[in-house]
Amino acid sequence: MDITEYIKLVFTDYTLRTITLGTAILGAVTGMLGSFAVLRKQSLLGDAISHAALPGIAIAFLITGAKDSNTLLIGALISGLIGTFWIRGIVTKTHLKSDTALGLILSLFFGFGMLLLTFIQKQPNANQAGLDKYLFGQAATLVESDVWLMAIVTGICLIVMLTFWKEFKILLFDADYTQTLGFNTKFIDILITTFIVLAIVLGLQTVGVVLMSAMLLAPAAAARQWTNSLSVMVFLAAIFGAFSGVFGTAISASQNNLSTGPVIVLVAGVFVIFSFIFSPSRGLLFKQIRFIKNRRDLELHKTLAFMHHIAETHEDISHPHAIKLLNNFQGYTRSTLQKLVDKDYVELNGNMWSLTKTGFETAANLYTKQSTEDE
Amino acid sequence: MSNAQIEIQLIASIVAVACAIPGTFLVLRKMAMISDAISHSILPGIVIGFFVTQDLNSPLLILLAALTGIITVVLVEYIQKTGLVKEDTAIGLVFPAMFSIGVILIAKNANDIHLDVDAVLLGELAFAPFDRLLIAGTDVGPKSLWVVGTILLITITLLILFFKELKISTFDKGLAASLGFSPAIIHYGLMSVASVTTVGSFDAVGAILVVALMIAPAAAAYLLTTDLKKMLALAIGFGIFSAIFGYWVAHWLDASIAGSITTVLGLVFLLVYLFAPLKGVIAVMYREKQQRTEVSLLTFLLHLKNHDELEERHVNHLREHINWQKVRAKTVLDLAKKTI
Repeated sequence: MDITEYIKLVFTDYTLRTITLGTAILGAVTGMLGSFAVLRKQSLLGDAISHAALPGIAIAFLITGAKDSNTLLIGALISGLIGTFWIRGIVTKTHLKSDTALGLILSLFFGFGMLLLTFIQKQPNANQAGLDKYLFGQAATLVESDVWLMAIVTGICLIVMLTFWKEFKILLFDADYTQTLGFNTKFIDILITTFIVLAIVLGLQTVGVVLMSAMLLAPAAAARQWTNSLSVMVFLAAIFGAFSGVFGTAISASQNNLSTGPVIVLVAGVFVIFSFIFSPSRGLLFKQIRFIKNRRDLELHKTLAFMHHIAETHEDISHPHAIKLLNNFQGYTRSTLQKLVDKDYVELNGNMWSLTKTGFETAANLYTKQSTEDE
Repeated sequence: MSNAQIEIQLIASIVAVACAIPGTFLVLRKMAMISDAISHSILPGIVIGFFVTQDLNSPLLILLAALTGIITVVLVEYIQKTGLVKEDTAIGLVFPAMFSIGVILIAKNANDIHLDVDAVLLGELAFAPFDRLLIAGTDVGPKSLWVVGTILLITITLLILFFKELKISTFDKGLAASLGFSPAIIHYGLMSVASVTTVGSFDAVGAILVVALMIAPAAAAYLLTTDLKKMLALAIGFGIFSAIFGYWVAHWLDASIAGSITTVLGLVFLLVYLFAPLKGVIAVMYREKQQRTEVSLLTFLLHLKNHDELEERHVNHLREHINWQKVRAKTVLDLAKKTI
């Protein structure tokens, strides 16, 4: 299947269109809210919440006996929130650290959810099949109403985020200052957390409990590399998230036996790796290049200082010396010498070099600067 | 109790002990989430190991999968060292990616391997007694019993041999390094043990229960004691209790054993969290309330010292002056009467 054909199919085929739209919206909203989670150092909260949502789904099913995705999601939301606030209770009330609290809630709630799921499976109710799609998610089960729900929640998120933008931002970077300014930090905090839980719960049906945390983190972590501004980061994260959704769906649709959730996560992972390496200011590649450049500069200066050292002993500073003299000196290479010539510090004449006047002065200044710094 | 039931409980208890030991150190070292990361990211290792060996209990598979766990730890540390993201983000990025690779590997080769992602995550303890180990034709017990038993033996040996080193490096890294113990070796040693334990237990109890068995008993024990040896003993005790009690709950409900053991663990933790004598929520709240009353008493005494007029000393006056509610004023007054 080539690309144009696929794009045409996205617009005509109902299922594919729904899934593509759904994953794109999901990616956007999780990317957006994930930025806050990452910056608040709550990256793993997403993982804990998504696992903690499982018993809620099972209990909602046990109570209503119906598989309506909206009721199940409300159950997931409630149990996700209970999990979140219990984590907070453990961290504030006891001396257990947040990682322990997260791991506890994650595994305990998930185990309880599994107990309920297996219990449900043994019940004589034909309706129960398919509950386990919430474990790994099944994008293929998305229908138009699900996409509408996602779109509406995303809209609400966007409105709330724009209204409370200033408060969110200030709480993010300086919580104590926010409190002294008289903002109700608890309320803002709960608001952000609730929306993060909401975004996670929305994604459960599509990518599932286990992989949801990556949807939250990966776009935000990728976006963080490109900017230092919160608004740009949130915007970029939303775009990365949406594209991971679209590409992931495309790849999994074009192959057999590929579930959508893991592919979306891997696509988001590729975004992260790309950002880690190629981001201009923070990326590993440019950092390495800067590092090498700095080292070259240092070597250049060392060579120049060494030449100055030799030239000092002669009356005529431009007295030529053999290149061999530099051999036992590590900073020297052909290219550094050539660079010095380019900068007009040194003149080359066959196998001999001599310092120019500018070169001598620069080297002398280099030396004095160093010596004053040393003192 | 039938033979199979005893074997299941034995396996569950051994797994609980094998998990509680590294779990205690993970909780103390604030690395509890690493166990979650390892438990997810061993999936590709298990799948690849299964391609090679075709046997879920083969030692080679366990080693391969444990290696994936260690690779995860190294990757997380590498990403963290670049300074691009925080440690928790690094964990959150690595393990879902590894897990996705595992899921895709399984899905792509669904016809060739009898591996189910559900089984890896949840395990099926009920089937463990059916897979017997035969040595020279004689039945010597379930395979997974031997696997987790060996792992437990190794863990206990290492614990006894390196207890001092582990203790020092857990509580004071700097001191350990200055005494000449390499923190890196101990760190990776612990990680290897955690990986091997996770892999060895996943097939019996599933990846998520491994996390629960590592963290929950240790966390509950941590709320009860500040002594490392006592904490280890308590964690092991909680683990075994939950394993056996959880089995019977599952038996009664006819549901997943792993799920019910986790639920029992959750209840144990909840009880300890609420009622621990010194660090439980109720104890903390009671202590806070007492401290508040004591401060109030001091305020009241100061108030008495500063005002000599009779009207200032009326109980109702306290309400307007220090802004106390009637009940509160009464408690403080009673206390004051008692102490004087």
